[in-house]
Amino acid sequence: MVRVASEWLATCGGCEITILDIGEPLLDLLPKLQFVHMPVIMDHKYYGQTGEMEFNIPEADVGLISGSIRNEENAKVAQEMRKKCKTLVAVGSCANFGGIPALANMFTLQDMLDTVYRKTRTTVPADNPSMDITPLGDRVYSVSEVVKVDLGLPGCPTTPELIAQAIVALLEGKPFSLVERSVCDDCPTRREKKAVSSLKRPLDRVEFAPGQKYEDVRCFMEQGYLCLGPATRTGCGGTDKVPRCIRAYTSCRGCFGPIRAGANPMVDMMGALSSVGLDPRQIEDRMATFNRFVGVVGRLRPVAVR
Amino acid sequence: MKQIILQPVTRIEGHAKVTIQLDDQGNVADTRVNVVELRGFEKFCVGRPVEELPRIVPRICGVCPWAHHLASSKACDAVFGVEIPPVAKKLRELAYMGHFIHSHVLHFFVLSGPDFVMGPGADYTVRNVIGIAQKVPDIARQVLRTRFLGQMMTQILGGKAIHPDVSVPGGWSKPVTKEEVVKLKEMAKECLDFATFAMNFAKKDIFPQYLEVVKSYAPISTGFLGMVQDGALNLYDGNLRMMTADGKYEDFPGERYMDHIAEHVEPWTYLKFPYLKKAGGFSMALDKPVGIYRTNSLARINVVDRIPTPQAQAELEEFRKNFGRPAQLTLLYHWARLIELLYAAERAVELLADPGITDPNTRKAVTPRAARGVGVVEAPRGTLIHDYETDEKGLVKDVNIIVGTTHNNAAINMSVKKAAQDVIKNGKYDQGLLNLVEMAIRAYDPCLSCATHELDGRIPVRVNIVNHAGEIVANLVD
Ligand code: SF4
Ligand code: SF4
Ligand code: SF4
Repeated sequence: MVRVASEWLATCGGCEITILDIGEPLLDLLPKLQFVHMPVIMDHKYYGQTGEMEFNIPEADVGLISGSIRNEENAKVAQEMRKKCKTLVAVGSCANFGGIPALANMFTLQDMLDTVYRKTRTTVPADNPSMDITPLGDRVYSVSEVVKVDLGLPGCPTTPELIAQAIVALLEGKPFSLVERSVCDDCPTRREKKAVSSLKRPLDRVEFAPGQKYEDVRCFMEQGYLCLGPATRTGCGGTDKVPRCIRAYTSCRGCFGPIRAGANPMVDMMGALSSVGLDPRQIEDRMATFNRFVGVVGRLRPVAVR
Repeated sequence: MKQIILQPVTRIEGHAKVTIQLDDQGNVADTRVNVVELRGFEKFCVGRPVEELPRIVPRICGVCPWAHHLASSKACDAVFGVEIPPVAKKLRELAYMGHFIHSHVLHFFVLSGPDFVMGPGADYTVRNVIGIAQKVPDIARQVLRTRFLGQMMTQILGGKAIHPDVSVPGGWSKPVTKEEVVKLKEMAKECLDFATFAMNFAKKDIFPQYLEVVKSYAPISTGFLGMVQDGALNLYDGNLRMMTADGKYEDFPGERYMDHIAEHVEPWTYLKFPYLKKAGGFSMALDKPVGIYRTNSLARINVVDRIPTPQAQAELEEFRKNFGRPAQLTLLYHWARLIELLYAAERAVELLADPGITDPNTRKAVTPRAARGVGVVEAPRGTLIHDYETDEKGLVKDVNIIVGTTHNNAAINMSVKKAAQDVIKNGKYDQGLLNLVEMAIRAYDPCLSCATHELDGRIPVRVNIVNHAGEIVANLVD
């Protein structure tokens, strides 16, 4: 029996739904797992069921954390999980690289609060809420910036397959690692390695015939649409391997993060674009596009308002 | 003065805590649902090319990403001034029905169900879906399967069930094939069978047991907001209908939402409080609320004149006969949710029977311009409004988003207060009674994702954010 604790920090819940999407294999795994704490489906409270105890998460063999760190409560919960869990797994791109919420790192906290409580169209302007609620941190942090993480599963959300494989490996005491290949390596589209004249925004459809095999469709980037496949780690396709966005005939936006730890998608993409003769400066909103899911460790910073 | 703090509120999406203040006699003086719901999407979507928003905003919620995806696509359509091809509309709505099936099954059986199947006062260690799996394994298996089918329907249609990108400004990025339609039909039919079973099961084995509780539990009286198309239920398209507590209503197009809705800020929660402007103010007083309206399943069931699918319509008639219009009892949200589950499955079957569904012309090209566009859908958790403004390059200048749960913020606070007053008397309470208070929250199926909760407010705290090398990278002072 493996004791599992699960927490979500500044999260959207998509990574938790992905756990449910494991489907039938989940039912087979269940008898081997004992969930000791998981607020999304279980009633265990931090301060006891009637609020009578000290802050507490039970001990567990495996801890799963999704979401980024946005406020001091998130940091406190992450630290408690680190203390109580033998193996800590960061699930999803928010936990690993900040994810979409880290786009907020392009703005100061004050600027964000001003927008939400004073400037949005329907809001009757007021002071920022401050009573009985956790103050927000200066920026968004990934879980791995704050506590040591033993294993990171990328993706927004990650895949049911990756979660299941990781849990099985942990159950069997076997090592688990991710491949260091790009989305392009698994993308079935056809590449001709010819130069592209100009880069397009996805305002029109990619060229393909309905029902046509992916192998006969030209690489979207070679059709002129920006695709982050070259700089993104593969894995999103799960068992059938075809990258998820490619299945919908839309370009990759990098949700699986860098191909290997520490790689910089911005630099990798500049290289990939130049190799097909494209000038990255044509891209509107480059900074946020290349760092859409990886906005921590200084990749996205507030810039002076023009 | 004593405070009871329930933290975290469990079996809901996202984070909240409940603060209950008792007076010297041990009766409830005040309650608050504190939400640290600050996503800041309204800020960081600014500057992005508007066509990227349907791919960014789904991350507001992984439980209802399709609602944000579609509201955002609709807002983009309006910004670009494009009328999408008829098949794109059908595909969007079809995927949305798959999504509703997943979301409603998840809520009724996995999140709220344990309170009913195991009993509200059952020990907290078994009052969950794993407890249900042990008590009624066959039903549990079917529940997980149906929810999964809903997800798989969206995956077939869009490549991705969570955080999809297939709905684009101007339509839908890929057609559905005839083979896929065959598979989808089978899946939709199985969902409809389960929805029919779920309705009958609940009416026979669940609701009667709790009917007395339902009828007396935490009553409040409010208005309701929902979408209608020619007076009928529609989750993807139509006008908005605002109904006041006395049953009078007014219809208006979604893009006129600002004439009707304003948002109020309280100092003790990051979540704002939308209210009906025309009521002339905002008050959560239980005896005399002002400007309060509710959204989500019960609201929709109340505002519509009819439901355009036969089984769900029959259920609506039975529901109205029993509870009137508008029905006010909070726990009836669950009943209404099951009627909608039936509707979603019936509507999916209907859309799949339309031969036009495989039309390959799913998308129109769009051209950036300076404009403003509003997109509205009914999210599983209530009316969802996305409002974008762009510059001439199509880069976003301004964003306003009001999500389903936010509309219910005031009502959730009122319901919690009423429930707490009803169950906590003379200082007596236990985990079962406090769970009854939480049930008042769960009925609304709130989605407080991206939100977290707070430390005990009475203790001043300082937290250093330390990296794994032990260096302080930031500190936060309470
Ligand atoms: S990684 Fe994506 S799916 Fe997971 S919590 Fe973050 S936003 Fe949601
Ligand atoms: S650039 Fe995009 S479309 Fe082209 S091969 Fe890579 S992932 Fe596929
Ligand atoms: S194709 Fe790219 S953006 Fe899409 S799911 Fe895969 S890694 Fe994520």
